[in-house]
Amino acid sequence: MKFDTPATTNPIDQLKVVGKPIDRIDGPLKTTGTAPYAYERHDVAPNQAYGYVVGSAIPKGRVNAVHVQEAMGAPGVLAIVSTLNVPQLGLGRMNTARLFGGAEIQHYHQAVAVVVAETFEQARAAAMLVQVDYAGAPGKYDLAQEAPNASPVGGSSGEGSSAGPVDRVGNFDAAFASAVVKLDQTYTTPDETHAMMEPFATVAAWDGDKLTVWTSNQMVAWGKGDLAKTLDIPEANVRLVSPFIGGGFGGKLFVRADVALAAIGARAAKRPVKLALTRPMIANNTTHRPATIQRIRIGAQPDGAITAIAHESTSGNLPKGKPETAVAQTKLLYGGANRLTSMRLAVLDLPEGNSMRAPGEAPGLMALEIAMDEMAEKLGMDPIEFRIKNDTQVDPEKPDRPFSQRQLVQCLRQGAERFGWKNRNPKPGQVQDGRWLVGMGVAAGFRNNQLTKSAARVRLETDGKVTVETDMTDIGTGTYTIIAQTAAEMMGLPMNRVVVKLGDSDYPVSAGSGGQWGANNSTAGVFAASIKLRETVAGRLGFNSADAVFADGRVRSGNRDAALADAARDGALVAEDGIEYGDLAKKYQQSTFAGHFVEVGVDSFTGETRVRRMLAVCAAGRILNPKSARSQVIGAMTMGVGAALMEELAVDTKRGFFVNHDLAGYEVPVHADIPYQEVVFLDETDPISSPMKAKGVGELGLCGVGAAVANAVYNATGVRVRDYPLTLDKLIDQLPQVA
Amino acid sequence: MKPFTFERARTPAEAAEAASRTAGARFIAGGTNLLDLMKLQIETPAHLIDVNGLALDRIEDTPDGGLRIGALVRNTDMAADARVRRAYGLLSRAVVAGASGQLRNQATTAGNLLQRTRCPYFYDTNQPCNKRQPGSGCAAIAGVSRQLAVIGGSDACIATHPGDMAVAMRALDATVETVKAGGATRRIPIAGFHRLPGDMPQVDTVLEQGELITAVTLPPPVGGKQIYRKVRDRASYAFALVSVAAVVQPDGTGRVAVGGVAHKPWRVEAAEAEMPRGAKAVAARLMQGANPTHDNAFKVTLVERTLAAVLAEARA
Ligand SMILES: Cc1cc2nc3c(=O)[nH]c(=O)nc-3n(C[C@H](O)[C@H](O)[C@H](O)COP(=O)(O)OP(=O)(O)OC[C@H]3O[C@@H](n4cnc5c(N)ncnc54)[C@H](O)[C@@H]3O)c2cc1C
Ligand code: SF4
Repeated sequence: MKFDTPATTNPIDQLKVVGKPIDRIDGPLKTTGTAPYAYERHDVAPNQAYGYVVGSAIPKGRVNAVHVQEAMGAPGVLAIVSTLNVPQLGLGRMNTARLFGGAEIQHYHQAVAVVVAETFEQARAAAMLVQVDYAGAPGKYDLAQEAPNASPVGGSSGEGSSAGPVDRVGNFDAAFASAVVKLDQTYTTPDETHAMMEPFATVAAWDGDKLTVWTSNQMVAWGKGDLAKTLDIPEANVRLVSPFIGGGFGGKLFVRADVALAAIGARAAKRPVKLALTRPMIANNTTHRPATIQRIRIGAQPDGAITAIAHESTSGNLPKGKPETAVAQTKLLYGGANRLTSMRLAVLDLPEGNSMRAPGEAPGLMALEIAMDEMAEKLGMDPIEFRIKNDTQVDPEKPDRPFSQRQLVQCLRQGAERFGWKNRNPKPGQVQDGRWLVGMGVAAGFRNNQLTKSAARVRLETDGKVTVETDMTDIGTGTYTIIAQTAAEMMGLPMNRVVVKLGDSDYPVSAGSGGQWGANNSTAGVFAASIKLRETVAGRLGFNSADAVFADGRVRSGNRDAALADAARDGALVAEDGIEYGDLAKKYQQSTFAGHFVEVGVDSFTGETRVRRMLAVCAAGRILNPKSARSQVIGAMTMGVGAALMEELAVDTKRGFFVNHDLAGYEVPVHADIPYQEVVFLDETDPISSPMKAKGVGELGLCGVGAAVANAVYNATGVRVRDYPLTLDKLIDQLPQVA
Repeated sequence: MKPFTFERARTPAEAAEAASRTAGARFIAGGTNLLDLMKLQIETPAHLIDVNGLALDRIEDTPDGGLRIGALVRNTDMAADARVRRAYGLLSRAVVAGASGQLRNQATTAGNLLQRTRCPYFYDTNQPCNKRQPGSGCAAIAGVSRQLAVIGGSDACIATHPGDMAVAMRALDATVETVKAGGATRRIPIAGFHRLPGDMPQVDTVLEQGELITAVTLPPPVGGKQIYRKVRDRASYAFALVSVAAVVQPDGTGRVAVGGVAHKPWRVEAAEAEMPRGAKAVAARLMQGANPTHDNAFKVTLVERTLAAVLAEARA
């Protein structure tokens, strides 16, 4: 189905099932521990052996020799493959660092050997006996130091945000020079790791030259293709299965070393191999969100109208890596006639920087939305009013391109009302509650809506149930449920008559899960296939398909009426189709919006910041399931608190690696950090987006939260911190005397 | 994890005997620290002696009015014990400030005292670390050292004792009771139990090979307001950047021990004389000679401000 004109009324608009806060249909499997995650697939292949990865001890250089004799003799060892035994593996389309093979070391903990043994413990013990001789080479690990050498690069996050090396509209320099009120500040965000609960894990089994992997991957079709490329085998020989994913946050968009080495280990051992990356390997072996240094300049008239806005970001990556697209939202979020965005990329020899939840916007808004707060203060304006003053209903770089929907102002106004913003004292450092300095902060949330084609197969079974098959993934987001809701609505069935099968490369290719595009596109694909199935059903029943009504398990047309199941009496009916998009996205800018509100307390003695309450008001098209959407947003808000207050991969700039590479050293919020969260979705449908009229929320919930926390800390203390995370050491010297 | 042999000891003396008999032997109690380190091959004992069956899991009154806490009392049980809560609230608060509920259910008194540092380089066997591999160097001093010691360190090591319980025990003047092979017992005042790193950072305490902790005794209650304040980046389940264990009497005198700043719980009795004069005076004396890195210089200020918070709370 080609979607090239705005959606009109369709069966989804009935909202009998879609739009309802239905519990996750996979919830019982998860709460009882019976959802089969990759590492638990004992059932799929007999006689599994265990793989264990040896990571490079140096960050850059070469492997001269790998001594495996002692390890080969260790109990239970079946095979050892070293990086010198195989040529450098192919590079997946989405990858920058090589996963394995050859002598070159590009980053710390790059895989240099895989040990396969009868048990996990034996594989691990033998791995420690593998001796590797290295020739280290000097590398670059310090972004601040390398930033002056960074060169301009354009780029896309691959997840909906992009910018050129230098993009200009009007004459920024002149307008900024003549602006009455100006801000010129630099902000930094650190490297972050996804820290998802389920580590990277794979079971790999060969059948002749055919390979099946049961793994944890957000993008099944990408993964299948990239795995074939990586191993240099035909794509047709690869099957990738990933029905349950214990969090990915962008880290599992790509094929990583667990998949490649499980496959290589299985080939060497001639046995199926199960392999997971251990927690201390993940930070340096896989990808991370790269650190940024962002300079923002804003010039405005005394009435608050922005006349000049510039956002320039520098990040680092391995050679040929991508920049962090931190300036992308600044191209679209606020008006202003004279604009400049630019990105620079420094070459660093740290592990690969790549997508992490809302790549680009998450760190970009952490900077921009502090700058807006600072600017409002300079103007003597309320930060909400300043934002509203500079709202734009069109793409500021291409004013003939309107937003399909843009309710940012409503988000901010409703949020202010609910949060009690009027009680905020605009003068910082004034409100005290016992030992706590209390403050409120706000930030705009912004994230684009990405359209990606997505297909599904829908089958009416002989018992009248409907089965949906698509290679779409559920990364904990609730995909199973919203896909079932879509099929139920379309076919006029209750939820318990729909079966959803996901995450298998044998199924039709979907949008996958990334860039908050999963919900809208994958359900639109199911919509398309369901339309086709409805036509088939009507034809089989001899009904006029144009006016057939599917409801309550029955099909009605004119004065004729049949049970849906009757259509499949002689055999299941199958329909396969997908959604494809025309150029609506060119004519309209499609984005999602939020107002994020945060209240913090900062301990006046110690500088510890604790969030007291949070609110997100979101405008993101039709909300397919308010319950799972809310879960997405509160999870994202939690991640925003982490980014604001504690998350940072600490770089050893001499030894060239992320030092705090486990969950004791890399802190993410715990329950005690998150006392109260409220989420409101504005009533919105966006017919430009898809027949579902929906958009994404999973990243919107994160975008802007960090800055709202930082602005609240400023309001509480009067201390402006521009370097994330806002740990107490950055506040303590500027807090009031206590002794 | 390297292969190891395993035995269950039946009496404390037998455990100590077994430990001194077998090279590379270690006791295992809750295992929450030792096992993690064995998996990473930071600890590589050849033989484990399980001490969980030694009946050292009781809390008893002592004749002088104090308490004797068995080496195998679980942290949860210690913190919940009515006598501990009534008379040694400081200890109870310190214990529940540590780790998580699950870990405290498993962790023991002796294991907690002997938990090893959380220096990140200690945990990465690719990196030089004098504590893990004597003579290999210290990656932390010129590396990432935000968590590490600001006082009492050496050129060889600036690791901290990361725990909470021992800080409270230091303020309460606890004594560690041990038994050695052959049955000889010792009473080691907590002040002298943990070492400073000096040029032997691989040695955390004064225990000898095979010496088994049987109990920790607390002297009779000292009263006062007992406050344990743990400062950290997140609200729970994190090691202290700085912690303060204080006993403050109505007249403003008292005791203070500090965690997260040194290789041992840090207490300077002379500094306590300054307590009536306030946090600044106490901190100045307590932290005299501090030698922080660029990364952790904030801890010196943080000690003073946390002390101020504690003294303010005591006055309130
Ligand atoms: C994720 C995590 C977070 C944590 N957070 C904190 C925290 O915030 N604060 C805190 O204080 N602690 C924290 N801890 C540490 C925890 O308190 C210790 O792991 C625990 O107290 C160790 O006790 P155990 O009985 O398990 O010791 P084990 O692991 O069994 O043993 C530890 C050491 O003590 C030795 N040993 C044990 N018993 C005896 C004995 N009777 N005599 C002589 N030697 C003995 C062992 O040989 C070993 O060397 C944390 C631990 C983890 C894993
Ligand atoms: S501070 Fe101590 S524990 Fe840390 S690296 Fe140096 S020697 Fe090792």
